[in-house]
Amino acid sequence: MNIVVCLKPAPDPKRWDSIQLDPVTKALQRQGIPSVLGPLDKRALEEGLRIKEKQGGKVAVIAMAPPSAKDNLVEALAMGADEGYLLTDRAFAGSDTWATSLVLARGIRKLGLFDLILCGSYSLDGSTGHVGAQLAEFLGILNVSQVAAVEKIEGGTLRTKSLMESGYRILQTPLPALIAVTREINMPRFTSLFGVIEAESKPLVTWEAKDLGISPDDIGFHGSPTQTGDVFLPEMTRKAEMISGEPEEMVPEIIRKIRRALG
Amino acid sequence: MSKDNLAEWKGIWVFAEQEEGCLSEASLELLSAARLLSEKRRTRVSAVLLGHGVQALSDPLVAHGADRVWLADHPVLEKYSTLPYTRVIANLILAQKPDIFLLPATSLGSDLAPRVAARVYTGLSAHCTNLDINEQGELMQVVPAFGGKVMATILCQKHRPQMATVRPGVFRKRPPQSREGGVERVPVEIPAEDLKQKVIDVHWERRPAQTVEEAEVVVAGGAGIGNAEDWKWVERLAGVLNGAVGGTRPPLDEGWISEGQMIGQSGKTIRPKLYIGIGISGVIQHTVGIQDAKVIIAINKDPKAALFQTADLGVVADFKAIVPLLIEGLNKGALSPKRDLV
Repeated sequence: MNIVVCLKPAPDPKRWDSIQLDPVTKALQRQGIPSVLGPLDKRALEEGLRIKEKQGGKVAVIAMAPPSAKDNLVEALAMGADEGYLLTDRAFAGSDTWATSLVLARGIRKLGLFDLILCGSYSLDGSTGHVGAQLAEFLGILNVSQVAAVEKIEGGTLRTKSLMESGYRILQTPLPALIAVTREINMPRFTSLFGVIEAESKPLVTWEAKDLGISPDDIGFHGSPTQTGDVFLPEMTRKAEMISGEPEEMVPEIIRKIRRALG
Repeated sequence: MSKDNLAEWKGIWVFAEQEEGCLSEASLELLSAARLLSEKRRTRVSAVLLGHGVQALSDPLVAHGADRVWLADHPVLEKYSTLPYTRVIANLILAQKPDIFLLPATSLGSDLAPRVAARVYTGLSAHCTNLDINEQGELMQVVPAFGGKVMATILCQKHRPQMATVRPGVFRKRPPQSREGGVERVPVEIPAEDLKQKVIDVHWERRPAQTVEEAEVVVAGGAGIGNAEDWKWVERLAGVLNGAVGGTRPPLDEGWISEGQMIGQSGKTIRPKLYIGIGISGVIQHTVGIQDAKVIIAINKDPKAALFQTADLGVVADFKAIVPLLIEGLNKGALSPKRDLV
């Protein structure tokens, strides 16, 4: 099986507190914050690796990201992916999900025929959760959202369990298809030292806009149907009345507050 | 869809999500949002209803704010499936040209909206926490990023319809009113190629009697609760207050709550009259889900817990000392500290 896993390297959440907003340009300053693979990215890759181990084939990882994301792709290769593709170009900057999905679709088409695409349900930073479905639309294939388990792949069809608010659904989908995975699907493996060494000899290809034959009008800031307007860091503070001391003395105060709230 | 003919695109549409003949609360909330927007936009509100044998749902949709219901009723649409629903809605959009199209950010809405937006070539924002119309008459879509640390206003200036998904609980559902509204039937033609994905099985899980997004009182616990046995104090306090039980990610990981009870950026947005957070540190990924609660009470033995920054009343105490007494006091209706609360 030819498996493709889409990754979205994003700024490390542990460092989000240092994200600043330039009050004049309204640009987000996130220099110095390294990018990481999100937990859903890793789960998508893990699932791809497990399917390859069961069914045979190969796993390619692909990401549209700045050049620094090369490290994240190497990590994916160290986990067990066979090939890495980094789609990187200044012209991709400012892409919304439409433009991102378009670029990824072109990249995947350039890879050749595929059976299954996996991605996380949502990314760490933008978290729209939309790229999977839009990528599937551009590739003309079916997508399955919120996949918590891949039950069976047999005879060119895929059986999956998808979560919903009211429970879950079991869907049967013909390949080629795209699935977007949830945190329930698996626990990703750790990279081994052997994996890290092996990664060095695996192909890691970089493609720019011209390699994908995309016009600058269709991508990045100009090609995105949505635009970002005002950006702000929300103030969520309230003036807390703080109390401490003996529980017996605090409880009546709390009850008063509760009764007033429900009053 | 260039800037020239944007004026031809009129009307605010809401996707009326239904399952087994029941309209989702989220869709009714969005109708209320649409009515607010329609006052500024001076335009009509329509609901888009797909299913089989669901004509009767037009009445509550009109009562909750729809001036018109686009009804696509066909056996093929009985159960939700991505391609058939995308086809019907995309065709309807291209034929009728709405200005704005809102969908709930539920699992169904989050699967359908991006596919529709890609097919009709338009912009889509995700899980908006607010919507408004600016001076240019454009839809301002406020969305969280970086776990809610950053809020951005998204616009879709050159494409139509302007599409957005909105999390349940962000807007309040209006009470139903006696209103006039029409139903227009939409022809449904689904080619065989759209029918290749099959729903093999649907499994319902018992919904809690009261969900965190519906409840007037929510009592939530965090990692500070420590163990499953002590989690019962969260549940007991919620019980005494007739509230719903919620939590942060650690309780979900431990299995003390289910996914539907997790409150925060990747969980539920709640707006109860009263929220009590116990043993919760208060990271931003959680507090974005509670910022619209009317009153926030935080109980934590760590005086530096971030949740105290977002609280109206901060109680620095071990919950095991406070909560049992609190429950007793509420049960007895006690307000005086001199009563014997032991």
